Parts: sequence; structure tokens; C-alpha cells
Amino acid sequence: MAEFTLPKNSKVRKGRHYSAKPGAKQVRTFHVYRWDPDTGENPRMDAYEVDVGNTPMVLDVLLKIKNEIDPTLTLRRSCREGICGSCAMNINGGNTLACIKAMHDLPEGDVKIYPLPHMPVVKDLVPDLTHFYAQYASIKPWLRTQSAPPDRERLQSPEERKKLDGLYECILCACCSTSCPSYWWNPDRYLGPAVLLQAYRWIIDSRDEDTGARLDDLEDPFRLYRCHTIMNCTNTCPKHLNPAQAIGEIKQLMVKRAV
Amino acid sequence: MANTTKIQTHQYDVIVVGAGGAGLRATLGLAAKGLSTACVTKVFPTRSHTVAAQGGISAALGNMGPDDWRWHMYDTVKGSDWLGDQDAIEYMCREAIPAIIELEHYGVPFSRTDEGKIYQRPFGGMTTNYGEGTAQRTCAAADRTGHAILHTLYQQSLRHDARFFIEYFATDLVTDADGNVRGVLAIDMNEGTLHFFRGHAVVLATGGYGRAYFTCTSAHTCTGDGGGMALRAGLPLQDMEFVQFHPTGIYGAGCLITEGVRGEGGFLTNSKGERFMERYAPNAKDLASRDVVSRAMTLEVREGRGVGEHNDHIFLNLQHLGPEVIHERLPGIAESARIFAGVDVSKQPIPVQPTVHYNMGGIPTNIHGEVVQKRGDDREAVVPGLFAIGEAACVSVHGGNRLGSNSLLDLVVFGRAVANRCAELIKPNSPHRDVASDILDRPMQRLEKLRTADGGTPTAQIRLNMQRTMQTDAAVFRTAETLQEGCRKISEIYASFEDVRVTDRSLIWNSDLIETFELSNLLGQAVATMYSAEQRTESRGAHAREDFPERDDTNWMKHTLSWVDDKGAVRFDYRPVHLNTLTDEVKTIPPKKRVY
Repeated sequence: MAEFTLPKNSKVRKGRHYSAKPGAKQVRTFHVYRWDPDTGENPRMDAYEVDVGNTPMVLDVLLKIKNEIDPTLTLRRSCREGICGSCAMNINGGNTLACIKAMHDLPEGDVKIYPLPHMPVVKDLVPDLTHFYAQYASIKPWLRTQSAPPDRERLQSPEERKKLDGLYECILCACCSTSCPSYWWNPDRYLGPAVLLQAYRWIIDSRDEDTGARLDDLEDPFRLYRCHTIMNCTNTCPKHLNPAQAIGEIKQLMVKRAV
Repeated sequence: MANTTKIQTHQYDVIVVGAGGAGLRATLGLAAKGLSTACVTKVFPTRSHTVAAQGGISAALGNMGPDDWRWHMYDTVKGSDWLGDQDAIEYMCREAIPAIIELEHYGVPFSRTDEGKIYQRPFGGMTTNYGEGTAQRTCAAADRTGHAILHTLYQQSLRHDARFFIEYFATDLVTDADGNVRGVLAIDMNEGTLHFFRGHAVVLATGGYGRAYFTCTSAHTCTGDGGGMALRAGLPLQDMEFVQFHPTGIYGAGCLITEGVRGEGGFLTNSKGERFMERYAPNAKDLASRDVVSRAMTLEVREGRGVGEHNDHIFLNLQHLGPEVIHERLPGIAESARIFAGVDVSKQPIPVQPTVHYNMGGIPTNIHGEVVQKRGDDREAVVPGLFAIGEAACVSVHGGNRLGSNSLLDLVVFGRAVANRCAELIKPNSPHRDVASDILDRPMQRLEKLRTADGGTPTAQIRLNMQRTMQTDAAVFRTAETLQEGCRKISEIYASFEDVRVTDRSLIWNSDLIETFELSNLLGQAVATMYSAEQRTESRGAHAREDFPERDDTNWMKHTLSWVDDKGAVRFDYRPVHLNTLTDEVKTIPPKKRVY
């Protein structure tokens, strides 16, 4: 029998409510997903009324909550400028980096924050990315060559180098993969948009000499072809990359070498 | 950590702490040499702050015109204001060339010249022919060079099958009664369990402590954990008074805007629209070294020529560069400026201010990355089993002021040097000597104390007090008055840590506890920085004393060594600067007045 409701231990309950301090002027309410594995309790949504003032980014608000209201709130964060990929989470229904999600870009009203969808949760907003990283390692994402390297750099024309633009910038935040319904259904077998974008980054690098083997490794009904061009990946990428296009290019190369 | 008596022990030849550029280069080098290696890191490797380096990595490849590693060495010695050790600088600048070629062979997606070679851009303080012309020496992958290098090094680590312990937080070095370093104690954040990593050598590659300040380009995770560990192990830190302010942090947010903007032709203006750097550095202008530019900006603001509502910052102009250069060479900062300053760089200048960026000081080492301390007459006796590299270390290749694009270089050159040195010293999979049964007592006592800390002051409050004090009293310009006030305040704040409160009592991913450990590491280094700055009565590199405006080579051409004990008391000693070179292929660069 198909299960149409969440298992009992996954039902998200109403959590604590933290009222704003008296005198707060610009109050916004943040509903934040909380789950503490130590307690065995169900996840809950805590509500924090925050005097946001001119706090610029969603990450700044979360840190304000952690520093001033509730030090137990748990999230990953590091660079705070959109380059390390730590603070990927689901804000008002969309996957993005909290550090570059500006408060003034949010619509009026309450803000809802969840961890990246469809991943096991370690605690609160911290998802378990172990499998995602293992999939990345599985494509052997390094320069593979047979010929001996020259004494100096390998030459690459500016045109050849340009082909890496829009690919090498990926920060492995996992926003795209965890927004992809195909990845939700088959995360064990489908590589997902982030890893496929990385695969294409090496396929298209003029210096790499293992294109055939790379394509062989992807020629599979699940690893590559579970992409159904839903495009959530491209819509959600906080770095404005286009994983869907990269996947399309791989599919085209598959066809080209078959005919 | 409910059951803290249960500690899992792991044995490896070498334990690397940290997985930024230096840690990864060391890890993959060690793995490639056949040494069993564990890399213990508090963040997934590609999240380390090397990822945020923008402008590039220096090496005299000569792809854009004549260049010579000796010119690079000259610039670095001059940039250091003659506090850098010349043998170490020679080593770094010479090794730069094969190090960058190696990175390219690893697959780093460098930008290219029309000939297909690695593209190189001008950078501050980088000259040709011993100060005559402008060098194009900084190898770039657009303005995302750190990201490109860090990801590539992680990919190479996967290739060499190095063993990573990710989201493990190392709390302390484990040392035996004879002062030998035998490993580290770490918390697995995901499980909440304790781990003793035993190794024949420990490599600290833990980065800088920028977060001791309120506004910095550094990530939240730049908390100088290795420096804190070294201090608690009774080791000194070197040249802690030298803190680099990057001229162009975004006003307010502090996010970095690369010096590469000025390398590509951008310039600074004040409220009168004047290119004021022409007055301060007639030759190099906007490409003078960072300490010089940061001081000039501060003076402009102080004299009432700042821009903005409060006249408290400066404009960085790149509108004239044109969309093509911006798109091809500076796409990342165009994005950052839009997000953090609301600026379209093709039409408006970026509001910037000098922002804490880099710690020249750190754990003193020799050119092999071996940590050194004074023992008897030997001022540079090796601490058995301990290495330090990258921003955590002070070799010293940067002296009083680091040149832009020399830090990525430092990471890969000395990361590689450590791997080579360990391969010389350690036989793969050699048996581990026994350790005393009480060897973990001290680090465990500290861990228990912090885990159960229930004082009256939350971690975040003490941290904010520290950051505000450092920001105010150890700034671009310093005086005896501000520094003495700073010493008094930072000591009080250090003492207030006794009253710290950890609210989170959970086992798994207790980030409240981790931040408390980090704060403890920051505090020791904040104290070392403030007191070191107070005692150095001269101006050199990034350390600018208004009451002692000149460099004083007679009394102060020496490295400061500072110890901070568990009560926060500071003790000093000194080490002479190495004026000697490593080989006879280059001569000592004698001290002279530093003008750009």
C-alpha cells in the first residue's frame, strides 16, 4: 500500500513561540524547522519574532536569533558571501543560500525556513550530505590524462577555456539536486543536477583525455536519464548556473557518438 | 558526549588539521607519498575559506612579459617591510613556478592568454626589475582563483584516496611529558563522539583568526583554532601585531573586493572625486601594497574627504573598464557588489573601506613547515611532531605586510614542503610509540569544563565584546593610548570567559559548544595581538604607530614571540630576522626606505 501521509515520527508539530522584546519596531516572524536527534521527539516549527531593523540577509537574521534569542538553533554557515555553499536551505519554499538571500527580496509576512528538502536531517537546518558527496566522488571529478604532462602548463585557448564558464563556478551547495523531483524519487541511482554539471565540466575540458570513459559511466537509464527537464535546478541555483543545460549537452554527446 | 569516557582512537602516520588550500595540498601530497594520512576538518573541504580568495596566485612565469623569481623575491621582502625571512622568501618565490605549473596539471581552470598560457594580472607591490616597472605576475582564474584552486585540490585528494574526517572539530593538541606532539583530540559533530587521532606528526593548517575583529573579510569559521591549540600547548606565536587590513572590503558588509579590480585598472576616489593614491604612492598609485593603501584611505576619511552619508568610506571605480573586462575578468565581484552594496559596477563605484583580511602572524616555523621554539641557545629548535602551514603559520614569508596573491602561493608551496619533509622523516605505517594512560587528561578536563559551562554570559556576548575592542583599539593606526586601553579591555574580556554559558546541552551538532571552543581560540590570539602591538614601538608594515611613525631597524628588526598563559598573562621574547638567503643565486636585499 502506498503511504500517503508522513510516518508518525516525521510529523512536524507546532513548536515554541519566542515573542519580540517590548519596544521592538520592525518585527518579522520566522518559522524555523527544528529537530534534535538527541531527544527522540518529533520535529517542530519554532516561531521567532525578530526585530529585523536593517539586518541585510536571511543568514544575518538566523545568526541574530542564535546570538540573541536561542543559542541552540543549529545551521551551517561560513563565508557569508555566497561562495562556500554552507548555508544552503529552503527559504519560503525555494532552495537558496541564506547569506545572499536579501531580506528586502522576501515578500511581506512571515518567513518559513526548512532544511534542504528530501535529505536526511542531522539536526535543525543541517542536512546529511554524505550521499551527495559520495555521488560527486563517484564521477572521478579530476583531470584524467594518458599523455605525460609538458614541462610548462598545458595550453588551452581562451575559446576552449570559455566552455568551462558556467560550470567550474559550482559551489556544491546541493540546492539544485535537492530541488529536483527526479532526485527526490531516485536519489540512490540518479546522480542529480549538481553532479551531472560537474561531470560535464570535465567532459568539456579540452585538457581531459578520458571523455569516452566519462560518457560510458553516465550511459545509464538512471544515472543520467532520470533527468526529465523539469528545470527546478536551473531556476533555484543561487549562482545562476544552468545544470539543466549541462545535462542536455551530455545527452546530445551521447546521441552524437551513437550515430 | 554523554559518555565522555568512551574515546575512539585512530592511528595514522600524519594527522592534518584543516582542509583549506594548505591542508589539502599537504594531505594529497602525504597520501601520494604513501603515508597514511587523516585530514580532520570542521567543515567540508570546499567550504574552507581559501574558496573565497579572488584575485590570484603569484609566480614569475613570465607569461605576459619578462619576469624573474628574484624580482618576485625583492617585492616580497620590500612588501614585508624587511620583517620577512629572506631565505624563506627565496624558497617560496623560486618554488612558485613549479607549484603553479603543478596546479595547472591538476586541472585548475586558469584564465588564458591568446597563446593558451595561464593569464597573469598586475597586483599590488608586484614589480619588474627590482621596483622599476609593473609586473603581471598574478595567475588568475577570473576573480575566483581560490575557489578554482580549492576545488581542484579537493578533487586531487579524492584521486589519491586521502582519508577525511569531515565536520570533526579538533579541540586540542595531545602532547606527552617530553613536549612531543602525539596527536589531537577531536569531536565528531555529526555523532557527538570523541576521537583521539594519534600520529607521528600533526600538521596545523587551520587558517587565520580574522573573526577576532568585528568587521573582516574572513569567514565565520576563521577562528584561528591551530593558534589557540599552540598557545595552550605552551608554544609562542610570532608577529601577532601584524594584521592586514585589505583596502577594499565592501562598506558595512566587509565582503572582499579583490585587489585584482585595481590590477585590471580600477582606482579609488575620495569625496572630491580625486584619485588620491597619486599623492601617497606616486609610482605604484592604486597598486601600492595593501598597508599603504589602507592607511591612505583612513587618512582621507579622517581629513574629511570620505564619501557617503557619514563621510566614512571611499569609492572604488571600475565603471570605465567596460562590460567585457568586467564580464571576463571580474564577474564574481560584480555579483558581490550587486548583492552586498546594491551597486551596478558598470555604472556606479563600489563603497569600500579597509577591512581586516589576513594575519601575518602565527605559529613560527622553518621552511619545512616544522614548528620551532627556543631551546637553550637554539632559537629555532624543532618541536617534535608538530608542523604548521598556511595562514596559521608564520614562516615568515610575509613579515610585516603580505603582498596580494602571495597567500595562495604560501599555501601550496608550504603544503607541499610539509608533505616532502614528513616523507623524509616518517616511514610509512611505522608503529606508534605507547602513550601514557593520562595523556588525554588535560584536553579532556578542558572539554568537560566547556561542555558543562553554565556561567552568566553567553558565548555570543563575550565574542561581541572581543570583536568591538579589537576593531576599536587594534586598528589601522595605533597609539600607546589606544593600545594600553585595548590591553586593559581585552584582558578583562579574556577573564570574563570564566563566566561563559553554553546553552545547548545536546550531543549532536552542538554548534553552541563549537562556537565556545572557537571563541576560546580567538581570545588567546586577540590578547597576543593587542599586547604585541602595544610593545612594538615603531611602525613597520601593517603595524602603524602614530606615536612612532618611523621604522626602527636598530631596535625592532626582529620577530616578536608571544606566549599567553591560561590566565591570559603575556610574555615576550624575540627572534632575529633572517637576512641571509638560502642559496648564492640571489643576494640579500638590504633594508632601505619603503616607498611605492
